[in-house]
Amino acid sequence: MKRKQRRLVLIGVAGVILFSAVGLMLVAFQDNIVFFNSPSDVVANGVAPDKRIRLGGLVQEGSVERVGDTTVKFAVTDTASRIPVVYTGLLPDLFREGQGVVTEGKLGADGIFVADTVLAKHDENYMPREVADALKEQGHWMAEDQTQ
Amino acid sequence: MIPEIGHYALVLALTMALVQSVLPLWGARRGDAGLMATGASTAYAQLLLVLVAFLALTTAYLQSDFSVLNVVQNSHSAKPLLYKITGVWGNHEGSMVLWVLILVFFGALVAIFGGNLPEGLRATVLSVQAWTTAVFLLFILATSNPFVRLSEAPIEGTDLNPILQDPGLAFHPPLLYAGYVGFSVAFSFAVAALIEGRVDAAWARWVRPWTLAAWCFLTLGIALGSYWAYYELGWGGWWFWDPVENASFLPWLSGTALLHSAIVMEKRNALKVWTVLLAILTFSLSLLGTFLVRSGVLTSVHAFATDPTRGVFILLILVFAVGGALALFAWRASSLQSGGLFAPISREGALVLNNLLLSAACGVVLIGTLYPLALEAVTGQKISVGAPFFDATFAPIMVPLLLAVPFGPMLAWKRGDLYAASQRLFAAAAIALVCMIALYAVVSGGPVLAPFGIGLGVWLILGAISEITFRSKLFSGPLSTGLRRAAGLPRAAWGTMLAHAGVGVTVIGIVAVTAYEREEIVSMKPGDTLDIGGYELTLDGFAPREGPNYSDTVGIFTVRRGGAEIGRLEPARRVYVATGMPTTETGIRTQGLSQLYVSLGDAGSEGAMAVRAYYKPLVTLIWLGPLVMVIGGVVSLTDRRLRVGAPRRAKASEKPIQPAPAE
Repeated sequence: MKRKQRRLVLIGVAGVILFSAVGLMLVAFQDNIVFFNSPSDVVANGVAPDKRIRLGGLVQEGSVERVGDTTVKFAVTDTASRIPVVYTGLLPDLFREGQGVVTEGKLGADGIFVADTVLAKHDENYMPREVADALKEQGHWMAEDQTQ
Repeated sequence: MIPEIGHYALVLALTMALVQSVLPLWGARRGDAGLMATGASTAYAQLLLVLVAFLALTTAYLQSDFSVLNVVQNSHSAKPLLYKITGVWGNHEGSMVLWVLILVFFGALVAIFGGNLPEGLRATVLSVQAWTTAVFLLFILATSNPFVRLSEAPIEGTDLNPILQDPGLAFHPPLLYAGYVGFSVAFSFAVAALIEGRVDAAWARWVRPWTLAAWCFLTLGIALGSYWAYYELGWGGWWFWDPVENASFLPWLSGTALLHSAIVMEKRNALKVWTVLLAILTFSLSLLGTFLVRSGVLTSVHAFATDPTRGVFILLILVFAVGGALALFAWRASSLQSGGLFAPISREGALVLNNLLLSAACGVVLIGTLYPLALEAVTGQKISVGAPFFDATFAPIMVPLLLAVPFGPMLAWKRGDLYAASQRLFAAAAIALVCMIALYAVVSGGPVLAPFGIGLGVWLILGAISEITFRSKLFSGPLSTGLRRAAGLPRAAWGTMLAHAGVGVTVIGIVAVTAYEREEIVSMKPGDTLDIGGYELTLDGFAPREGPNYSDTVGIFTVRRGGAEIGRLEPARRVYVATGMPTTETGIRTQGLSQLYVSLGDAGSEGAMAVRAYYKPLVTLIWLGPLVMVIGGVVSLTDRRLRVGAPRRAKASEKPIQPAPAE
């Protein structure tokens, strides 16, 4: 093989790999990106059924209710709106009423959010940033919310 | 007094770094041996000074000196000794001191072992190394001083974040940092090469062991971090594609590419420009990782710092280092003589394919990690890019790479014979295929791709072994001579074999757990029994238990198999006294290579408790694989050409700076 041909092979292989990688990413971006919504976003804009979203806010005081052994119902609120959530599984250590939480799942036709993942804070002082921002948008952000 | 000494030592170290940034480089430009020689002394001085600072901080922790803010925020007098020590780097300020300590340690190593380098190159490398050190010392002193005193010392500290109080975490950050920072040596060599306008095989022979050592540390650090997340977080996951995990994985991917391209450069004097670029990119990704983790851009367990000035400072470092190095590269790369081209089917060609695929994988992970940040900055829209994205992009890129790995070492340099290589790998391929079919026939359920994944792992392991058997002609002639020949192979060949087999081991572990694990979430009362993966777990009851700075509620499970008792599992709900923070302590029992994994959830009604139990087949392979890879790396580091070659070149370098010819 001549020098020129060898270079062509190299460029060709590199090009194929680059295009495949970009193609894979574009397809994956279409299917696998999850948008973050606050309860107010969901109420205002709605969510297409079967579209996975993240719903974040505070666990409403007095809303946590255990159904059966490992299923729990609660409401996520940003103080302006609230969305009821149902989740089956173990809750994180720091899941508590009045604390920040991010849930991931799909909104059912009945308006109840079916979560398959619940993420709570890693420690006492940490509020999920998305939640903090969502609360600020509603003008209800207080530093006390974080620590209490 | 001691904290002030530590603070002062950091300031002195900064001045040393500034001196070292200029004098050796200047000496190298002017050919002044005296100026060049200062580099080594200042490198040792920096190591000593930063060590003093680090020990001062450690002392403050050991003495629970609550007049130091950093100690108050991250320690508690009742904390066990081990966590008083690890608490030093369990926070932003202390971890940056550790970062710089490792950086100056590597700088001093270059000064010690660089005696046989051309003087000008060594001086330039030390200067470049000092740039990084100076900038990070400045960062610590300006924004993250760990020695800040409080005018009124509280009686008790607020304790270290409980999930960080764990033996796995004692060694995770130092190893990870040794990996990150180890790549700084390759970076300094690359920048020095660009300044000098010359790279050759000797340069690559120098860079490779440093890269390999850093790669070993990083591999261990990532594996340990993964195991820590697995048993500490209680979710049973070992990799979450969390941005912080990705931040450590990115330099690993490009570092792995660098290791391989440096081989081509060392043996064949080709791919020079690419290798230099990879060296720059790898350390840049290490810096990016530090930025992502330390800036508070990401919310995660690792993000100690949320002070925006720190983020901006690290971003400036990043722009300065990466931008500067890449600009230098753009300006000077054309002055590096490019090596010859080679046939696509050859050892070089295989290594180029490895590099292309690893770079593509690295790029995909990088974009997946940064895209949400960029999108939020531009449009304000918040998204998360999680595991499904990475599964859909990373895996398809890795599969061809893994399929190709066994072919690489079988191909000759310059021009390989793919047909002959295939023949040598026939046995490995046949056995892997049989494994696949057998698994498909025997195991019902699980994804269809799982047998393929396991077969891929078997192929990698056997392919790696085939190389040794082929090169030593193990089975032709008497076995004893074959074995002697195998033992006489270069250690680098054994290192390659182990590293590649380690990848296969990891692949098998990952596939087995992903496809065949069993999970049960149930509510259990004392006396209840749960069947999982062929084991019976009986909850005997709950017992309180007191630790030094926490109290546990332990669930006591008896594990039986076929009615016979084989052991106990004791997962716990733990509450830390100082913070009142609850955590989950998992109960794990290793059975062969598989594990039973139990964690406790919330208390339910009537003395019941939610229990999450997993049977994880072959899960330990996920971490044994990296261990095998690292052993391969270490074996390769002891290769004759690195042990014996070095002194021989030292004699050669008495003659004026004449680079050793390529092998």
